[in-house]
Amino acid sequence: MSEALFGRRLLTVTGNDQLGAYRVLRADDPDGPPAAPGQFAMIAAAEHWGGGEEQRPYLPRAFSIARLRGHECHFLLEHVGPGTRRLCELRAGDGLWALGPLGRGFTAPDDGRRALLVGGGVGIAPLAILQDTLAGDAAAEGPGSAASASATTVLLGFRDRARAEGAALLDGARVATDDGSVGHHGLVTELLAAELQRDPHAVVYACGPAAMLEGVRAMCEHTAVPAQLALEAGMACGFGACYGCVVPRRGGGYLRVCVDGPVVDAAELEHVDEHAGAPA
Amino acid sequence: MSVELCGLKLAHPVINGSGTFDAIAARQVFGEQLRERFPFAAYVSKTITLAPRAGNPPPRLWETPAGLINSIGLPNKGLDGYIEQDLPRLAELGIGAPGGEGERTVPLITNVMGASAEELARLLEACDERAEIAAIELNVSCPNVHTGLDIGADPRQLEQVVRAVRGRTRKPLIVKLTPNTADVSACAQGAEQGGADALSLINTLRASALAPRVRDNRAGGHAHPWLGGRTGGLSGPAIRAVALAQVAAVAARVAIPVIGMGGVQSAAHARDLLDVGATLVAVGTESFRDPEAGARIALGLQSHPDRSKA
Repeated sequence: MSEALFGRRLLTVTGNDQLGAYRVLRADDPDGPPAAPGQFAMIAAAEHWGGGEEQRPYLPRAFSIARLRGHECHFLLEHVGPGTRRLCELRAGDGLWALGPLGRGFTAPDDGRRALLVGGGVGIAPLAILQDTLAGDAAAEGPGSAASASATTVLLGFRDRARAEGAALLDGARVATDDGSVGHHGLVTELLAAELQRDPHAVVYACGPAAMLEGVRAMCEHTAVPAQLALEAGMACGFGACYGCVVPRRGGGYLRVCVDGPVVDAAELEHVDEHAGAPA
Repeated sequence: MSVELCGLKLAHPVINGSGTFDAIAARQVFGEQLRERFPFAAYVSKTITLAPRAGNPPPRLWETPAGLINSIGLPNKGLDGYIEQDLPRLAELGIGAPGGEGERTVPLITNVMGASAEELARLLEACDERAEIAAIELNVSCPNVHTGLDIGADPRQLEQVVRAVRGRTRKPLIVKLTPNTADVSACAQGAEQGGADALSLINTLRASALAPRVRDNRAGGHAHPWLGGRTGGLSGPAIRAVALAQVAAVAARVAIPVIGMGGVQSAAHARDLLDVGATLVAVGTESFRDPEAGARIALGLQSHPDRSKA
């Protein structure tokens, strides 16, 4: 896992493109250590951060690194509050404060299990860099290697057609929508159930809304399939200082999502609760 | 910029507020560069209690205009866990242990809280035995188990508690005052008369937030607190002006040194607190936004002359 640079750094926004109901924010990060899939950064606009709705935002916001393209780092945004609204406004040339990459990311599949990527809504972001990395590993090992044989399957769930356009962030995704406007009419966990029935020799990588993650967690526990869940929580710092982003740990006590996660082994959780209040 | 507090020689006047920087977690995240570039002239621990605490149920955070309400609930490993597990790991970072030849060390201030003079006495005695600990800070924003009143909110009670435990340690004793009281200067004077060697302020202001209405389906239309601990403490720039007034009032009333904090984001804010009589400044919530903030502010102070010399 990459160590973060100590102290935040000022990046330059290179673009901010609409992707259905989302935006893909791109920033040039020549000095940042390369992120591992599942890691995140704390980001904030360099100008006009504060003074929005309710005189917010104040704190930086935690975002999964969605993709790396050379020195360019991509984040997937959805406008859900004053912080995300300000980030959605950023344009090429604007400044972006960043701290990261932070947290524990996904770990590669072992014993020949195939990777099943399951995402929901804006939570598909870390699965894109994971897919890139798994594909890169397979290419590096050459045809016929264990990695290429374990081709990834991507299952994504969205509320509606505009959000489902986000599926373009990943290659070859099968989509489910709540309103049936695209793909399977229903939950992404229904697609997962069918996949696990077809071939349970898999490892599940999931990120999305709490209800979806809980569905994935329960299903994987029931079928004894290993699962890695990327969690979301409101954070003030992102590096273990504030103790604000906790989720209950199986067996008692709490995990800090920022340093013990955001990717956790599903077995570490008894239940995935509603996110603990992201300052949006 | 070197400065002295109760006999501790510090490289500069900027330290961290208790509970706002976890050096052990920060090393896990930032690696060995943290040791080389440690941002504070002394390191103040999170609050340590006799028994381990898991902390409050989430949600623990709420963002306000220019501030943050936290309801963390003082999670910590307890006194034994702190001494056995944390002190050696802090020493690896050069915090709280005498360094080798030419090695920079950062003095360790251990913050403790107890619900009675008896509990505090045990905490102080245990800290007194440890060479790693340079000074002790008392968190008195805690209800007294006997009276139910916040120990630090009443000048006479605070004086009695400080006097009762003062003799349990030879190390410098810093009392962290609560701002949630009618007369912070009177509390400061009580702590001084009880035997405190220094004072620190302000702690967070008691605050609360209600769950957003749209999400609040379970509450049936009733106001429902957002924070798992129901109320919390407000910090950040939102409290800076309150901090400046309270630090000025306290520094004018007592003869012992004062550590000022509350919403400091820049060297100019730190200079304000020093100019009204603080000896040191602590940085808290700003470190959440930028872990290097302490170093940035300390560096900035060098080019921010104090007003008496300007």
